[in-house]
Amino acid sequence: MKKRVVCIVLAAAMAAGSLAGCGSKPGSGGSDGGAAGEASGGEEGKVINIYSWNDEFRERVEAVYPEVKETSSDGTVTTLNDGTEIHWIINPNQDGVYQQKLDEALMKQADAAADDKVDIFLSETDYVNKYTDAEADVAMPLTDLGIDPDSELSDQYEFTKVTASDTEGVQRGSTWQCCPGLLVYRRDIAKEVFGTDDPEEIGEKVKDWDTMKATAEELKAKGYFTFSSYADTFRLYGNSIENSWVSPGESTIKVDQKIVDWINDSKEWLDAGYLDKTVKGQWNDDWNKAMGSASKVFAFLFPAWGIDFTLKPNWDGEDGVWAVTNPPQEYNWGGSYVHACTGTDNPEHVKDIILAVTVDKENLLKISKDYSDFTNTTSGMQEAAKDDSYASEFLGGQNPFTYFAPVAENIKIAPLCAYDQGCVELIQNSFSDYLQGKVDYDKAKANFETAIIERYPDITAVEWPE
Amino acid sequence: MERRGSPASRWTAADSARFKPPSVRVCFEKKKGMTVYETKRKKVDYSKWGYIFILPFFISFFIFSLIPLVDTVRYSFFEYYRSGIKEIGPNFIGMANYASLLKSDMLKYGANTLILWIIGFIPQIVIALVLAEWFVDARLKIRGTQFFKVVIYLPNLIMASAFAMLFFTMFSTNGPVNSILMSIGIIGEPIDFLGTAFGTRSLVGFMNFLMWFGNSTIMLMAAIMGISPDIFEASDLDGCNSFQRFFYITLPQIRPILAYTLITAIIGGLQMFDVPQILTNGQGTPDRTSMTLIMFLNSHLKSRNYGMAGALSVYLFIVSGILCFIVYRMTNNDDPDGSKAAAKKARKQQRKQQRRG
Repeated sequence: MKKRVVCIVLAAAMAAGSLAGCGSKPGSGGSDGGAAGEASGGEEGKVINIYSWNDEFRERVEAVYPEVKETSSDGTVTTLNDGTEIHWIINPNQDGVYQQKLDEALMKQADAAADDKVDIFLSETDYVNKYTDAEADVAMPLTDLGIDPDSELSDQYEFTKVTASDTEGVQRGSTWQCCPGLLVYRRDIAKEVFGTDDPEEIGEKVKDWDTMKATAEELKAKGYFTFSSYADTFRLYGNSIENSWVSPGESTIKVDQKIVDWINDSKEWLDAGYLDKTVKGQWNDDWNKAMGSASKVFAFLFPAWGIDFTLKPNWDGEDGVWAVTNPPQEYNWGGSYVHACTGTDNPEHVKDIILAVTVDKENLLKISKDYSDFTNTTSGMQEAAKDDSYASEFLGGQNPFTYFAPVAENIKIAPLCAYDQGCVELIQNSFSDYLQGKVDYDKAKANFETAIIERYPDITAVEWPE
Repeated sequence: MERRGSPASRWTAADSARFKPPSVRVCFEKKKGMTVYETKRKKVDYSKWGYIFILPFFISFFIFSLIPLVDTVRYSFFEYYRSGIKEIGPNFIGMANYASLLKSDMLKYGANTLILWIIGFIPQIVIALVLAEWFVDARLKIRGTQFFKVVIYLPNLIMASAFAMLFFTMFSTNGPVNSILMSIGIIGEPIDFLGTAFGTRSLVGFMNFLMWFGNSTIMLMAAIMGISPDIFEASDLDGCNSFQRFFYITLPQIRPILAYTLITAIIGGLQMFDVPQILTNGQGTPDRTSMTLIMFLNSHLKSRNYGMAGALSVYLFIVSGILCFIVYRMTNNDDPDGSKAAAKKARKQQRKQQRRG
């Protein structure tokens, strides 16, 4: 009998053990339920959950938000002076992981315990529209937080405000960062080919696409490539489309003439030998190598973060070899938007953080100085453009803000839609094969149509310009 | 990718007889110190303990495998996906998902999968057979077989994605392989390995081969070692050469295990995903020629399209089911040489004899 009891106990223990993982959650949820009730009575919650894909935003908050007391050594929890904790929930952007996790959390937002609710989340230009959508209503309008965009955010660049707004023009996010792009070129190659490395004179040689082509021919004659890959120029075309990929309320993708221009020009440039054939797209090993001293590539098109995070680590020569000048066409590449999440239990803190990191001019200038970000303050950036203390060592003492500021003021942001990320990614992938001569034009078109409908099942058709 | 285990050892009637619980002798106390032993006819049933011990598995199987499985099938009849962060569905749409899959390029991806699998499997099974034969052959006296066994198994321990990442870097246009080939003067221009269907498919096949031939070798070695050494000795005395020994003794004797290896490899191959996914960045480049079925499935999951992905899973399930059925039939033959034909022949002969008798 004793044995039997022992057996039953053991078996039960095993069964319980195998299920223990599922059991623990509901219990803790119950105890948090009380906190939710308290919070709704005007009290601020104890935990601020911030969703992001890297620690960029955390660093900015630590640098400029005065309430920050300390951050734990693993970087997951930041304690504020009043004891409130910021929990950083970081998921990598790669392969859509960040959006997947964020979407899961947002869908559970209504039922989540107060301290588990998402309070702030970040989004990138490529998919900001998905979250600012008025119907989805996951990003709070700034006015609901008590921020008046017209007066308080008047110093921000206009296009960043447009980007963070829904179709009705209600601003639902704010950014500290603004990503005007420049042309970054090698001084040594410029000297050899053109006899000068002066940014003004090189700027003249790359001021528009026609001049650029003549310059490319000169570079080719000396054995240099103008850009590394066809993907490098995509943002310049893609950011100047007339209409969004999908018009509001429709289920048809309209490929803009500008995109077709990119395909045709890229094909022409690639076949003419202005681009390096061995570099296929961006963010791969070949592309990184093209930024090294052994490469034959003259220039890259980068915003501020690109120079700092991509070009600098891949460059193996001395500082001062690279310089910046105006791009052939104004463009914006990237940008992280900060959103207050609907249902947050810490509206006051959220408002404070957004104001401190994305609006306060002093703070923004500090971020510019410390992190080389081009920040979202029109007047501040104009000052920086004239202030030599913003000069970059990597660029050999050149002040890049002189070139960034005018570009930022002239950016006309392309109309966005919720399908941008997939469209931008898949059109480049599908036409990669065409540009490399693996498939013909019609096959590439068909491949894009197949891929986009796989990604977005609600898309019914793809229209191409005549 | 491929999943393998050892074939379930079969529990025969003879085993049951051996392990039958002994009839219990129960001691009855009778009058005045007289002890009489009587054999109780009723058997003690231990089987319930067996059920209790396997219960945890079945509970977790039920929760973590069966319910999701049933859900997958259920959702395959629904329109159910996410657009942005809005959920569409689930709306019942009958067989529409299945129909639209048939109209898509699914069969082409099936063919891709098959090609990628064959490129890897043929060298894998050939090399594995040869190595297994050599390692087991006592007369070759290979030193350090244990060491080699470990080494050939090692590639299997590396995560497939890490392995693919490594190959992606090595075979990129400006990568080390091209640099080496160019610096020793074999080629003048860098080869665009990943730019051609042939190059990409060969690389995928080669990686699968590298990762799995060790596993097959060890499996086949076990099979060869199970052959009675008497047969080999007899063949030696009869003057068999090593080719004859391999083709007429070893191969027929290990046929059931070989069939098992083949079928599990096919089922594993159907699920090929991580190597081509990482190598081609999920695109199946060039021109979707290295897109496998599971990569196709994965691209539906980007939009959380549970309906379409469910329907595709059901197709895959049916194909795997058929293959499982075949392996079941093949390993269940009780004839000595493992093949159907031989079993038939044996039965025929038996009948003949009976008629004569």
